[in-house]
Amino acid sequence: MPANRFNGFTDYGVGIGLRIPHYQHIFSEKPTVDWFEIISENYIVDGGRPMQVLDQILDRYKVVQHGVSMYLGSSQGLNREHLKRVKTLARRTNTPWLSDHLCWGSVDGTYSHDLLPMPYTFEAARITAENIRHAQDFIELPVVVENVSSYAEFHDSQMTEWEFLNEVVEAADCGILLDVNNIYVSSQNHDFDPFEYLNSVPAERVAQIHIAGHSRYEKYILDTHDHAVIDPVWQLYARAIQRCGPTATLLEWDDKIPSFAEVHAEALKANRFLDQKAAAENLWLSQETPGQVAEQPR
Amino acid sequence: MTLLELQRKMAAAVTRPLTTGYEMQEETEDGCFMSIEAESFIKPSARATSFERLEIYNQQYWFRAMSALREDFPGLASIVGEERFEALSIAYLTANPSSSYTLRDLGSLFEQWLRANPSWAGPNPALALDVVRLEWAYIEAFDSRQEPALTLSDLSVLSAESQLALQPHIRLLELQYPVDDFVIAVHRAQANSSVASNAITQRKRPRTTKKMAGLQPRKVYLAVHRFDFSVYYKHLEPEAFLLLEALARGASLGVALEEAFRDSVMADVDRGKSVREWFATTAELGWFCQPAAHKNIEH
Repeated sequence: MPANRFNGFTDYGVGIGLRIPHYQHIFSEKPTVDWFEIISENYIVDGGRPMQVLDQILDRYKVVQHGVSMYLGSSQGLNREHLKRVKTLARRTNTPWLSDHLCWGSVDGTYSHDLLPMPYTFEAARITAENIRHAQDFIELPVVVENVSSYAEFHDSQMTEWEFLNEVVEAADCGILLDVNNIYVSSQNHDFDPFEYLNSVPAERVAQIHIAGHSRYEKYILDTHDHAVIDPVWQLYARAIQRCGPTATLLEWDDKIPSFAEVHAEALKANRFLDQKAAAENLWLSQETPGQVAEQPR
Repeated sequence: MTLLELQRKMAAAVTRPLTTGYEMQEETEDGCFMSIEAESFIKPSARATSFERLEIYNQQYWFRAMSALREDFPGLASIVGEERFEALSIAYLTANPSSSYTLRDLGSLFEQWLRANPSWAGPNPALALDVVRLEWAYIEAFDSRQEPALTLSDLSVLSAESQLALQPHIRLLELQYPVDDFVIAVHRAQANSSVASNAITQRKRPRTTKKMAGLQPRKVYLAVHRFDFSVYYKHLEPEAFLLLEALARGASLGVALEEAFRDSVMADVDRGKSVREWFATTAELGWFCQPAAHKNIEH
């Protein structure tokens, strides 16, 4: 299950987000890192230092593109110029899959530069799935959608967030970037059981997992990506790995960014769960009788 | 409500300016209460009202956009002061909400808008405009395309009819004030950042900014260009500026030279030597490329 058609049949391990404060360390120390996730929009430029840095990274590391501006839930379709540029960048990075968010952010040509929440309606699911299919057809790579942290729910919603996610990915036939921190944040903001969400996700479609830290305020939790991962989120991660198998995992740390070593060490904590799961799978497989079809345990 | 109607309703609420205390306004410009507007489409939670939930997105929009502008134009913030910069950012963004998928383009209309609204530019609009133009030129020079550069030997076979283009990353600026040293100092004091995934943007208190002490007007001619992936501001002689400007417009070399020296006070005997030196330097910096439709001139 970890290597599936939604992540280009890869098995990428544990990566971290490529961030400017770490450039110097990466280029001078050349640390061993399974892979880096880049924010596509930081490299959708015509030239200069961003592309030079990217090319240096590509010489040594595997890179996956993660976008923030595709706005797959936009009621007015996708920005074709943006898609073209994402595709051009994908040819440079050889990313096996592309991810962006299950959200909207622009209307009537005005951009919010935010990941605004979707109303969980059948109309929204249909439009979003059409947009994802369009993006996949145009870019010619698997497009996987990430569940966002949200701070508002709409009266118009006709289903839960996880039902909406299922509806969209089935209709679009696409993969999922499962952000377990975002599930936790939204569960706290909207009073639902995060394990109910997690257990409803179609595990066979999960291409990648995000983990991150967040900040708690009096009335809500904000997805600030400025802390280490907290235990309840690790518990969700453990459950996700139990259901999905060892899946490409990435730690996001975007503000108050500590040293490269600290961020990488935090990410590598994921190996505790990945290794346990891999060991359990090996044991299970070794107990199979020869000739029996091996299915992934759920 | 259709998806489009809901998205329009939410976008209108999210992009409405905050109060001076960075909170969502309680009333819209046509007298509607935002609490009622928020309740009409957003559910309250056990802990937060519809208004409070919508306010998070309203604050996010402004914190993110203002933070991006502040990061791109720290020199202007220094000139006009932090408080005025915040106010003018709100006025600018209200008039020019982002129409691009990238925040990189957010300040593309800043010069044009400031020219049309000089009352926002502080006591010396000409100075503020020069700083804005230089800061925007920096952004364009930083990540614009670079074409294969013509070499000195390519340039040695040129005739009066030859046409040359400047690299797409070069911006030529005629400024009323020598603001380049000041802008360099301000930018050095500022850390780089980039777009981060879906992280929340928190309002950050800008660092104390440098003050520009009594800068006197003096016309300067600058080429903002990129070399070895870094952006530089190169001072040009007026004649060299006019020559490059004419070439960038598509004039032939002969016409460009004529324009460059039309009103020049440079002695005839020095002109040939100067032109050779300019071409040697610019060739070394890789400024020329095969003609294409590039526009690099700013007045």
